[in-house]
Amino acid sequence: MPEQLAFAMEVFFNGLMAGVLYSLVALGFVLIFKASGIFNYAQGVMALFSALTLVGIMEGQVPFSHIINAVFGTDIHHFGWHVPAFLAILGTMAVMVLFAWLVQRYIFRHLVGQEPIILFMATIGLAYFLEGVGDLMWGSEIKKLDVGLPQGINDMIDVTTYEWFGYGFFIDNLDIVATVIAALLVIALVIFSQYSKEGRAMRAVADDHQAALSVGVSLNFVWIMVWSVAGFVALVAGIMWGTKSGVQFSLSLIALKALPVLMLGGFTSIPGAIVGGLIIGVGEKLFEFAIGPMVGGATENWFAYVLALIFLVFRPQGLFGEKIIERV
Amino acid sequence: MLDSSDSYVTEDGRTIGAVVMEMKNITLRFGGVVAIKDISFDIRQGEIRAIIGPNGAGKSSMLNVISGFYVPQEGEVFFNGKPRPQMRPYEVAQQGIARTFQNIALFEGMTVLDNVMTGRLNKMNSGLLAQAIWRGKAEREEIENREKAEKIIDFLEIQHIRKTPVSRLPYGLKKRVELARALVAEPNLLLLDEPMAGMNVEEKEDMSRFILDVNDEFGTTIALIEHDMGVVMDLSDRVVVMDYGKKIGDGTPSDIRNNQAVIDAYLGVAHD
Repeated sequence: MPEQLAFAMEVFFNGLMAGVLYSLVALGFVLIFKASGIFNYAQGVMALFSALTLVGIMEGQVPFSHIINAVFGTDIHHFGWHVPAFLAILGTMAVMVLFAWLVQRYIFRHLVGQEPIILFMATIGLAYFLEGVGDLMWGSEIKKLDVGLPQGINDMIDVTTYEWFGYGFFIDNLDIVATVIAALLVIALVIFSQYSKEGRAMRAVADDHQAALSVGVSLNFVWIMVWSVAGFVALVAGIMWGTKSGVQFSLSLIALKALPVLMLGGFTSIPGAIVGGLIIGVGEKLFEFAIGPMVGGATENWFAYVLALIFLVFRPQGLFGEKIIERV
Repeated sequence: MLDSSDSYVTEDGRTIGAVVMEMKNITLRFGGVVAIKDISFDIRQGEIRAIIGPNGAGKSSMLNVISGFYVPQEGEVFFNGKPRPQMRPYEVAQQGIARTFQNIALFEGMTVLDNVMTGRLNKMNSGLLAQAIWRGKAEREEIENREKAEKIIDFLEIQHIRKTPVSRLPYGLKKRVELARALVAEPNLLLLDEPMAGMNVEEKEDMSRFILDVNDEFGTTIALIEHDMGVVMDLSDRVVVMDYGKKIGDGTPSDIRNNQAVIDAYLGVAHD
């Protein structure tokens, strides 16, 4: 096998793995958009915030320590304990559920029935607010996140591919774990929404508010639930990205990469978010590999957006989105 | 005069029981507009109770008060003899009051069967974990709910479209699916908001037959709104007539036919 082809294959697989992370963020968008028609710009910041909180809890950091110290003249930063990863994840999840409740109670309950653009603006505000709160609460320095996920080159794949192609593929263990977890997450979400009572209620609310009320579904409950589930998805995404590149505020920018993913996959489709993420991931890596050197590289910055633009022209509803037919 | 706990037998042999729902001096305003003005009436167990009136009389508003979508400024609602505290629509539904809508509110993206199954949401009690593991109670519940749904689907003769997405159905069938979804919840009180609006004669006849059958077969108490006088008179045991937010008549269809105020409201009065 020619070296170039083997190399392209390695790029392809790495693209798939990167795509999984895009998919995870896009998934959070889709969940909230489906159930409440809100395009949640804050999804990326939620991933950042959950990762910050996770690190904070694990390290026993005192929340809001800068303010506390400034006001009371104290000098506290740490509780002096370390929390095991599993407990810290549970704790972070509790924080995300509380966040979901607060968002519903103090923002979106007052905006029921408003134009989508107003809801969207509210989430932009929410994004910046949450970023600020995250900064105040846990500080702005880059943090290392280690919940015990395996990292580094997978030797087995390296050796096997070397035997087959005479060229060892570099695949990160973390990427493999991320893929498996994302797959499990998607399966769990699909089963949840298709077969559980709560999932049925969620689909009902997504479809028609009045009808949902008439069969005894509380809109408020469903919305809090959906924001909590989106918070959970954000936490998973936050853990993966945080482990890979450290918990830093640029993490919230990955939300922007989720936009082209959504345009590709469709805003209302869970499988669409996954496939869209994979296409973007693979597409940008292969494009960089094949075309990048000819145009001076750095194509990964814009490739996804151009692809999304092309999709907007030819298939505006995305790959899996519902086609909107206007009856005259 | 009947007492609220009395029961009687109709000419066609059905037993009408005690009062299940009583509206007392209900007044509903939207800003300066008075939609309902000091109206009182009751609904008895097992009867078909109609609310009729010209367009804009406040009939739908009244139904929305009963189902909790609107909150009246004055007056009280008694359900099963007890005053009902202010409730949200989903809480009213959980109390066993099911409804349909004038403009059809179905889950367009779901199949007929899925739509009907959502009507059973309140009858599912097993927790998320039990459902996840799918053993015992959760499984029994699902089977039972499915059986109930299939029974109603058979009853309303929509078996042939069970798996069809609702968005593809014609208007008349959608109305029937909506009725099925309300009925599958085994409601104590079934509210139908213009069940025959926009239907052709044949569809109207079908719907009338289903309403009578439902009442007969399940003994369901039904309150319905309609502005087609003819249909209402054949269907209902008692009729409330509204006009400009006020009650202008209340009684059996034959009472209503001879009520001068009702005749005036429907035919207009000559101003001389």
